[in-house]
Amino acid sequence: MIPARFDYHRPGDIAAALAILGEHGDEARVIAGGHSLIPMMKLRMTDLAHLVDLQDIAELRDIAVEGGTVRLGAMVTQHDLIASAELAQAAPLVREAALQIADPQVRYCGTVGGNVANGDPGNDMPGLMQCLGATFHLVGPGGERTVAARDYYEAAYMTAREDDEILTAITFAVPSGGYAYEKQKRKIGDYATAACAALVTMEGGRCTQASIAMTNLSDVPVWSEAAVQALVGTGCEADAIGAAVEAARADIDPTEDNRGPVDFKRHVAGVMIRRAIERAVSRA
Amino acid sequence: MGKQHYQITVNGEARDVLAEPRELLIHTLREQLSITGPHIGCETSHCGACTVDIDGRSVKSCTVFIAQAAGREITTVEGLGTPDAMHPLQEAFREHHGLQCGYCTPGMITRAYRLLQENPSPTEEEVRFGIAGNLCRCTGYQNIVKAILAAAAEMNAAKEAAE
Repeated sequence: MIPARFDYHRPGDIAAALAILGEHGDEARVIAGGHSLIPMMKLRMTDLAHLVDLQDIAELRDIAVEGGTVRLGAMVTQHDLIASAELAQAAPLVREAALQIADPQVRYCGTVGGNVANGDPGNDMPGLMQCLGATFHLVGPGGERTVAARDYYEAAYMTAREDDEILTAITFAVPSGGYAYEKQKRKIGDYATAACAALVTMEGGRCTQASIAMTNLSDVPVWSEAAVQALVGTGCEADAIGAAVEAARADIDPTEDNRGPVDFKRHVAGVMIRRAIERAVSRA
Repeated sequence: MGKQHYQITVNGEARDVLAEPRELLIHTLREQLSITGPHIGCETSHCGACTVDIDGRSVKSCTVFIAQAAGREITTVEGLGTPDAMHPLQEAFREHHGLQCGYCTPGMITRAYRLLQENPSPTEEEVRFGIAGNLCRCTGYQNIVKAILAAAAEMNAAKEAAE
């Protein structure tokens, strides 16, 4: 499994990386941890002439929690997310999800930026970031712009990012209330058959805020506004949760693949959504 | 881009290799440097037989280009111990029959080494979670887990004795 030839670049800062992208256009791709891109290159399913490695750009590696906002640099690895005490305090949902991604070796390499940027419907961080209402920061020749995680995904591997832009950071408000990330996978290292992220805030026995997002149940991550509406204002009793599960299931569009037929995926999705909401409520 | 000179440090020794950037680190190690501890198993970043340590991280060397590894410090199972002076993990795998065919063993031991550096006294559950990226088709993992727990105890006892 030898990939096709490419020219390798290791710029020291974002300006240099953008210059290489500007010169080579869609012939160039940035590489972060490489654990999505390199397997695709080995299978010769991705064709590129220039690989732009971001590993030497130190400013992309920071985790910062300041003024109620979490900022994750694009090159922060899943392992870094798990190891950060500050993040575990501010947003334990992120750690819970990261622990369910791939395996230890892959988590040392795989980055949060790579996971959200490439638009693979199997990746866990896109749904998670939609649940958190995160913002993606894209830097291109014209400077920085931001795109909401809920607006970023257009279709499988098709995103709002332009070829000459680099996703440099993710920001989100420190979440409140209970949280859960539930994922069904066939084995360690597999993508989700179905997964669901949930955030639920309860005040005086009533749900005041909720967010529900799902992974690998459509060609893009799915944030379900209908599920949120089914929960907010209720006491999150069994029938309210049941209504939210059905509302969320109505928003998905799974396809048959080697993880199972559509009916099976819809069934597993229902189980994951229910578990995620119930556990988030129990922690709220 | 043709062949380039890349500098890496392998088991404490500075090495200069001439390779195309697309060469995978596992091939550099095995074919250019004759370091054959890391094995090629699945070639798809699942099995962990090719695991090496790069700057304090367990990494599957089938999923790293030599160009990415340039400038890094790499440790393979050969760097952990020798037949005459085995690492406690190597000794424990022998003692507890933590291998049968031995194909996964270098990756298992290299991964377990990093796990114990980060968590010197893991529970059985933490060991199982920590080696979840390494597949063994012979042992059923039971004796591998036993060996890693025994090595942890041995290393902790040796550290205490030294203090």
